[in-house]
Amino acid sequence: MSVPAIETRGLVKRFGSTAAVDGIDLDIAQGGIYGVLGPNGAGKTTAIRMLATLLRPDAGEARVLGHDVFTEPKTIREKIALTGQFASLDEDLTGIENLMLLGRLLGYSSRQAKSRGMTLLEAFGLTEAANRQVKKYSGGMRRRLDIAGSLIVSPQLMFLDEPTTGIDPRSRNQVWDIIRTLVAGGTTILLTTQHLEEADQLADRIAVIDTGKAIAEGTPGQLKAQVGTGALKVRVADPARREEAAEILGRTLMTEVLRESDPSALTVRLEDESRAASALLALQDSALAVETFALGQPSLDEVFLALTGHKTAHEATDGETADAQEEAA
Amino acid sequence: MTTTAQDQNQRIRSVLVPADQRPAPAGAISASLTYGWRALLKIKHIPEQLFDVTVFPIMMTVMFTYIFGGAIAGSVDGYVQFLIPGIFVQTMIMITMYTGPTLNRDISKGVFDRFRSLPTWRPAQLVGALLGDQIRYILAGTIILGVGFVMGFRPEGGLTGVITAFLLLLVFSFSLSWVWTVISLLVRTEQAAMGISMFIMMPLTFASNIFVDPETMPSWLQGAVEVNPVSVVVTAIRELMAGVGQFSSVTLVLVYCAVLIGVFGPLSMYFYNRKS
Repeated sequence: MSVPAIETRGLVKRFGSTAAVDGIDLDIAQGGIYGVLGPNGAGKTTAIRMLATLLRPDAGEARVLGHDVFTEPKTIREKIALTGQFASLDEDLTGIENLMLLGRLLGYSSRQAKSRGMTLLEAFGLTEAANRQVKKYSGGMRRRLDIAGSLIVSPQLMFLDEPTTGIDPRSRNQVWDIIRTLVAGGTTILLTTQHLEEADQLADRIAVIDTGKAIAEGTPGQLKAQVGTGALKVRVADPARREEAAEILGRTLMTEVLRESDPSALTVRLEDESRAASALLALQDSALAVETFALGQPSLDEVFLALTGHKTAHEATDGETADAQEEAA
Repeated sequence: MTTTAQDQNQRIRSVLVPADQRPAPAGAISASLTYGWRALLKIKHIPEQLFDVTVFPIMMTVMFTYIFGGAIAGSVDGYVQFLIPGIFVQTMIMITMYTGPTLNRDISKGVFDRFRSLPTWRPAQLVGALLGDQIRYILAGTIILGVGFVMGFRPEGGLTGVITAFLLLLVFSFSLSWVWTVISLLVRTEQAAMGISMFIMMPLTFASNIFVDPETMPSWLQGAVEVNPVSVVVTAIRELMAGVGQFSSVTLVLVYCAVLIGVFGPLSMYFYNRKS
């Protein structure tokens, strides 16, 4: 198992004049979960599509399980499975028909494909929905069926593009459990996400991507050490006094304060969570009423602020363009 | 983690197939047939999509026969024998145009990403879709001939002639579909695919021998009408149905088919592989 799962050097993909992926180097070992963290339009999907041999890179090198994406796409396709950001299922067909279709394409006879499909549906708790059209499935059911579709034969490497986007928290936990189970079974997983929490929960290593470039890479622990362990979120009762509160928090905690789009809300990165109490006391001393406060993990915005000094790209207009182009493509 | 979650994980772990037990991926033919099966399932789940191959052919056949019959041939009865084979071809090739928009809508969906990531022969995704369309063509053709029969169409070639003509037209429709496939891969929306297809199809069907004998046309147009693939097909079909099938006419149609597939098949694959 010495061959790396993924190895890229200077990977580039342009759509018109925008570089969706702008020179990414990745070294991903086999086994475990690798998380690619980034906002919408950062180039995560484009990168995955190149590695899954759906999109030809414009420059650079990429090897998947030791095979070149330019010269050996067919060999790569025999070893990977892809679960796309928008369900990779035929919505007009039923659950079992979707699995039978994939099973037959992967080489099973009609009968084998059906029994394999039913076995998978049962394992994923979808037996009752077997004969229902996928368009009538809930988001969580779709995700589970989508993942089941990737497991008809066990892939060595599985791409999961934002596996929990748009599903409810209970389904999200189910999907997380499924992902952990698969890794325990020996599959390497590359997953993309917009949530630090998800990457932190699942991934053994994380790459942070912004505007087509990898801006940080490491274990969740290393990354969080860079970003700060947590965040204090405060909502002041009077939006007019937010600036005053921001100034007090900044002084007490000696760190940057992020002004949220909510006019009453502030977020402070914490190097040391125990100091949150003293910050709240400082607000009280200035008779600044706090409506709510919470200690939590830093959000993606805060990670970006810490790593790049600017907010995530989706707040800027060219981020939107890159996004639109990625969708159009 | 709840007990049920643990149970589920246990179940999932137990159904994983070890990598060395996986079968060899489906071959080219088997994969094409599987994608064809998918097209049939879609017809089963969305029977409304057969509207264009059921109502449209009836409308075309009845409308053209009664509108032009008296004016062109003096009587509807006389015109039916001439027109039905023509309408048969025209309606069928107009129906092939739906291939483009349907494919355009289909490949923009997430499921095609998955198909493209599978270790199967990639053209199978397109071939299968076109094979599924054959069912639509057979249905439409049967309806046209049925309506024609009711209206008094009595082909001299009998059942054999009609079936041979039908098969030839199916081969031509399959070949022509690749043109619409290329167009659908080149344009962004299905409306655009339909618009361009229509723009090509209208002159091809009307500047042909479908409705009138080309001898009534100006000589410069006659030349164009004669090499028009639609005329070539209509001639072969008329002959077969009249029981005077010519080997040369049929061969010419098959040559056109080979050219269409030879040019537009590879082009389709080229654009399909580059479609992101």
